[in-house]
Amino acid sequence: MSVLGAERIKLFSTKSPWWSSLATVVFVVGFGMIFLLTTASLVREDGPAVPFRVGVSTTQQGIFFGQMVILVMAALAITTEYRFNTIKTTFQAIPGRTSVMLSKALIIGLLAAVLGEIAAFASWGLGRLLVTDFDLTIRTADQWRQVAGAGLVFAITAIIGLAVGALTRHTAGAVTALLVWAMLGEQLIGAIPRVGDKIQPWLPFNAGGHFLGVGPNQNEGAQTGTDLPYNAWGAVAYFAGVAVVLFLVAVLVVNRRDA
Amino acid sequence: MVVPLSFKHAVRGQVGGAMIEARGLTKRYGRTVAVESLSFTVQPGRVTGFLGPNGAGKSTTMRLILGLDRPSSGDVLIDGKHYRDLHSPLRYIGALLDAKWVHPNRSARAHLKWLARSNGLPKRRVDEVLELVGLTNVAKRKAGGFSLGMSQRLGIAAALLGDPQILLFDEPVNGLDPEGIHWIRQLMKRLAAEGRTVFVSSHLLSEMAQTADELVVIGRGKLIAQSTTGEFVERASGTSVRVRTPQLERLRTALAGTAGTTVRVDEGALLVNGMTSDQVGEVAATQGVVLHELSPQRGSLEEAFMRLTGDAIEYHAEEAGEHLHMQGTSGGAKE
Repeated sequence: MSVLGAERIKLFSTKSPWWSSLATVVFVVGFGMIFLLTTASLVREDGPAVPFRVGVSTTQQGIFFGQMVILVMAALAITTEYRFNTIKTTFQAIPGRTSVMLSKALIIGLLAAVLGEIAAFASWGLGRLLVTDFDLTIRTADQWRQVAGAGLVFAITAIIGLAVGALTRHTAGAVTALLVWAMLGEQLIGAIPRVGDKIQPWLPFNAGGHFLGVGPNQNEGAQTGTDLPYNAWGAVAYFAGVAVVLFLVAVLVVNRRDA
Repeated sequence: MVVPLSFKHAVRGQVGGAMIEARGLTKRYGRTVAVESLSFTVQPGRVTGFLGPNGAGKSTTMRLILGLDRPSSGDVLIDGKHYRDLHSPLRYIGALLDAKWVHPNRSARAHLKWLARSNGLPKRRVDEVLELVGLTNVAKRKAGGFSLGMSQRLGIAAALLGDPQILLFDEPVNGLDPEGIHWIRQLMKRLAAEGRTVFVSSHLLSEMAQTADELVVIGRGKLIAQSTTGEFVERASGTSVRVRTPQLERLRTALAGTAGTTVRVDEGALLVNGMTSDQVGEVAATQGVVLHELSPQRGSLEEAFMRLTGDAIEYHAEEAGEHLHMQGTSGGAKE
């Protein structure tokens, strides 16, 4: 418990997590609204000819951008400790490195979950205010998942960021690796002729997005992709599995390595 | 107001008897051997200096004591336990390895707050140590803006936070102004006088001669000596005797015949190592040699220390540390 408390004080006693939190919400809501308004006006003009609809998940299309901020924030939570050598002070105060890592994961994961919920519901709420001629009411379990699921996806995202941060120990390295992978790597791999389509479901961020109905090639109504090897919950389980494996490797490495 | 170093509300372990014990401590980084089969003990109630030139392995040893680095072989025990097995270690052992190991955007108080929290120490202890080191007025300022002296004080506040029985300081006076140096020296003596175990590293023998009661001396990762400071200074500075005589060759031959003695000619005089001036005088008398000068010489402390720990030195210690003989070796250091 005391380790958790220490990590909480550490996280909130510098400014960057506060800015990251604000950025997360602003990105999700901002990009979500741009996407929603654009889509809504296209559908209004062309009607049924447009290959997509406007619905609850249309308000959630900014999630990915917030997710990128979460990745960076979580990686920074540990890389700055290495950069300023406070990791040594930390391990001096708490020699059990596994409990340090678990506490960090819990704190940063919780923060990410809360931010995910705030951002997702803010997006949905604002969307309902801005776009009144489409039905944006949350009715089905799938729609609930698409909005309320953001917290879960953000928490998993934070664990991945933390793990990669702990493994690289460098802010620049961790952020580059994470962002290049999430923003470019998965798209490029998916675009490889023939095999790309088969690999794509197994790319972790793609799977996480599928859970929220915001992945590539998915529009409103993509509840369970018929061509995908898993349903929405399978997708998030896979995403979480990747995070857990990365995290376990990070804990192992942190324990074995000199501080 | 005098703030007690001691921790009124502490739930501490036993008082006294807390010591550090290194047993065959070895640390290799790749092919580099930083510390090699180092064994020593640090006792409570006195300041123990950890002396060695830069790069001798002092900081590495300190990191090994704190469980930050893992020894390649051997181990080091605190109160008979490995650091990693200590529960709430800040209550047992406080350390200042590097004053700049703080987040520059975190306030001094927040830095101490998370440390206190991590070991279940009450919040008021944070204010106590801030007061103790004189940082109360700047407690809310970011640690990144602190001068070296202030950072050092913050580091010491952190070390004292858990009211530990053992304290480690790595080169604590480096870069400090005279006032800061004086403050730290007094603090270390005070801590030791309270019965605590104080282990402080330095690359300056002159600094250690002023603060340490006992010395652990290392060079190139190996133990050179563990003794009281007085003994070490005596040995390190050497007992060379300067003799002038008109019968220089005769006396030189007579002295050189004695075991454990080296004689060299210097500006028309003899410099004798390994013998007291009394002994030299007696030899001269038995030989019927006239003496014009017979004076003990005290070498420069730092120079002698450099010879002891320096690079191309082969080191021999005769039984029971009676005498130290230093010989420059042409083929580099052996052993």
